[in-house]
This record gives sequence, C-alpha cells and structure tokens, in this order.
Amino acid sequence: MNFTLKIWRQKNQNDTGKFETYEVRSISPDASFLEMLDVLNNQLVMEDREPVAFDHDCREGICGSCGMMINGRAHGKGRKQATCDVRMRSFTDGQTITVEPWRANPFPVIKDLIVDRTAFDRIMQAGGFISVRTGGVPDANSTPVRKENAEEAMDAAACIGCGACVAACPNSSAMLFVAAKVSQFALLPQGQPERKERVQKMVAQMDKEGFGNCSNNYACEAECPKGISVTHIARLNREFLLAKLT
Amino acid sequence: MNNIFAFYYSSIGKKVLMSLTGLFLIIFLTEHLVGNLLLFANDQGKMYEAYGDFLVSNPVIRFIEIFLFLGVLGHAILGVILWFKNRMTRPVKYKSFRLKDNATLASRTTIITGSVIGIFLYIHLKTFFIPSRFSAEKVSTYELVVKAFSNPWYDAFYLVALFLLGYHLRHGFQSAFQTLGLRNKTYTSFLDLLACIVWCLIPLGFAAIPIYFFFFHQAASTVIMGVH
Repeated sequence: MNFTLKIWRQKNQNDTGKFETYEVRSISPDASFLEMLDVLNNQLVMEDREPVAFDHDCREGICGSCGMMINGRAHGKGRKQATCDVRMRSFTDGQTITVEPWRANPFPVIKDLIVDRTAFDRIMQAGGFISVRTGGVPDANSTPVRKENAEEAMDAAACIGCGACVAACPNSSAMLFVAAKVSQFALLPQGQPERKERVQKMVAQMDKEGFGNCSNNYACEAECPKGISVTHIARLNREFLLAKLT
Repeated sequence: MNNIFAFYYSSIGKKVLMSLTGLFLIIFLTEHLVGNLLLFANDQGKMYEAYGDFLVSNPVIRFIEIFLFLGVLGHAILGVILWFKNRMTRPVKYKSFRLKDNATLASRTTIITGSVIGIFLYIHLKTFFIPSRFSAEKVSTYELVVKAFSNPWYDAFYLVALFLLGYHLRHGFQSAFQTLGLRNKTYTSFLDLLACIVWCLIPLGFAAIPIYFFFFHQAASTVIMGVH
C-alpha cells in the first residue's frame, strides 16, 4: 500500500514547528502504524535526513508510550487501541494521513510527535499511591475485597497513562486519567486510609498543571485504548465532593 | 471560608456550581411551565392573572426570585468563563480534530445553545416580566401574552430558542448528575429516562403556548385580522 503522510515536525520545545509531506510505498497491509513510520524513518536516514521522532516501547498496547493524533483521532479511528495496535489495512491505498502530536498546554512537544507527559507523573506523585508498612508478606485473603469492587478497580487500573483522554478532549481535561487512578484506590481496602487526602491532592495537582475542565462530552472514553468508563469520572467527582464536604 | 474558596477554584468545584445552578433552573422551568399551562384554561386569562398576582405578592416567591436571578447570572457567567478557560488549554490547534466522531452535537454546542437562550431570556423578560412588574399602572399579563404571540416572527424565534433549550438540556441534565457524582451503573438508565422527560417535555410544553395563541386563540385571530 502507498500513503502520503503529513507529519508534524518540530525540532524542540522552542521551535514553532510545521507539517512536512512524505510519500511511503509498498507498505504491507499487516504492518502496524509504527512499523510504517519505521519504514519512513529508514527512508529518511538513507536520504541523510532527520528521522521522525516518536515515542514507543512495548508495541503491544500495554505500555502507553506511543500516542499520536492520526487523521484527527487519538490513536487513530478504531476503538480500544493504542497507536501500535493500528494496522495499515484500516486505511485505504493512496490515502493522505495527517499525523500530529497530542496537543495540550500541559503536554509540551519535545520533538516532532513526542510530548512531555510528566504532568501525569506529578499528578501520581501528589497522591496516586498507598503508604504501607514494609515487612513480611501478608497472608493471602487476609484482606477481603468484594468481587465487584475488585473487578471495577482492575478496570480502572487498566489505564496505561497514554494521554489519549487529554488529546481527544476539546478542553484538554485529564479527568479520565485522574478518575481511573483515584477509582482504583478508592475501591480497594488498601486505598482507604489516604482516600480523602488523595483525591484532593490529585485534583489540585491536575488543576495546577493546567488541564481543562471536564464538560462531560465523553470523547475521552471513546478514545481510551483501554476503554476506561466515564463512570469513574462520576466517582472522582463524588470522592472529591465527599472529601471536601466531610 | 478558605475551603469554600479552594472548592470554587478547583475545576470540579466550578463544574459543581454549574450543575447546581443548572438543576435549580430546571426546577424553575418546570414550575414556570406548570403555571403557564393556566393560559390554556379558556377563561380569558382569569386564572393565569390570579396566579401572576399570587407570585408578585408572595414574599417567599420574591425572595426565591433573587436566587433565580443569581442562578441565571452565575450559570451564564461561569459557563462563559469555563469555555474561555478551556479554549486556552490548547494554544496550538489540531490541523485535523474529529471530535464529532466521539461526542454528541448537544455536548459540543452548549456554549452556542446557551448564548441563544441568553438572548431569548433578555427578549422574554423585556416582553413580559419588565412591563408586568415595573409599569406604573396595572398591566394584564394575559393581554401581553396574546399580543406578543400574535406576531409570527416572535413565535418563530420562540420556537427556535425552545428547540435549542431542548438541546441544551439534553446535554446539561445528564451532565449535572455526572458532575455531582450521581451517575453510575445503577442509576444511569433511570437518569437517562428522566433526562428524556426533561429535555423533550419542558421545551414541548413551552412551545405549545405560542403555537396555541397564534393558531387557535380567538383573541389572537382577531388581532391578526386587525379587528382588535
């Protein structure tokens, strides 16, 4: 398959950046989007040009490293997939594909398609953890957890922190990410001691980083590669209100 | 006190204020609609006028009225502030951004539908509320209604504004419950049903009034024919 690629090129954070157009030929329909970019980069290196910088690690949809806007959609047009899961057969032969980095104030572009997502790390550092006494391993099942809670906590914990929720949101809101992290702890017994403190600190850090306000249009849920539900956002709101009011 | 300010300055705090004011306005709309149904009583507005007099003379209603004005202003101003604030979070825009694949039209257009409702409210208050409340001599609200709705342009604007109100409520009602943390798997289907009733029935109920007075009301027809 052949494609025309319009890719955002930006040397560094201070550069204004611009789109550049490239042609790639003879791409296998079974190649992943990142493999197609690898082909392009090989081509650029052969021509002694700067390859396109993009984040990637596991290439099997579990690390959350890769992420880009493909034709106006976070991680491409498919549902529940990271950029590395996108296959070239989902495009038409000869199609022009626009590739952009996540765009949000708290996610400054470092280079080309790579953005700085340490804002998420700082939110986690503000409260996305539990404090436990170190010591011997506790006996199995010594802390009972309701099956429903365990399942919902696991659903929330599936968040890989890729940032697609922010990228897909018209307000660049990080509510789905924060909601997933808060939910995961609020549903389990281990998260109870710091429950109120955690939600307030994480929301405060989220606001400090400059993410927007949630307007409940649920684009985040639609684009989340892990299908994290917006019911977690309702839980985050509930947790925050209860923590503030009680 | 510090806690209250901290709450307001948080992103969730502002959204909670939006939802509480929004729900308060929905309650008002319901009451307003139920009261206005007296216009259909076919008694030349006697019951409707009596209901209006009761509202004006009742100190409790006058007290609640202050909160109603604050609620409308708060909801509108905060809505605009949040909209501007949210626009500033993405200084470099996407070349291609297909939000419409992921979000409903109603959720993407609350600022537009809200603005039209704001203009509508200004005209509505100018036509009915200000003359009936602040005129030196007693004004018949029923006559105001009959006169205003005999104008087809006025009716058309009303119907457009009410359609947009429906759209605004379609997103706003469920959104308010989401922000208050009350949407979960147990309540979602019930809330969706309640939302349908709110965003469909309230605007339809209000829309019935101009339609009735333009097409079916006798006094209105005489005004149109120039007899009145």
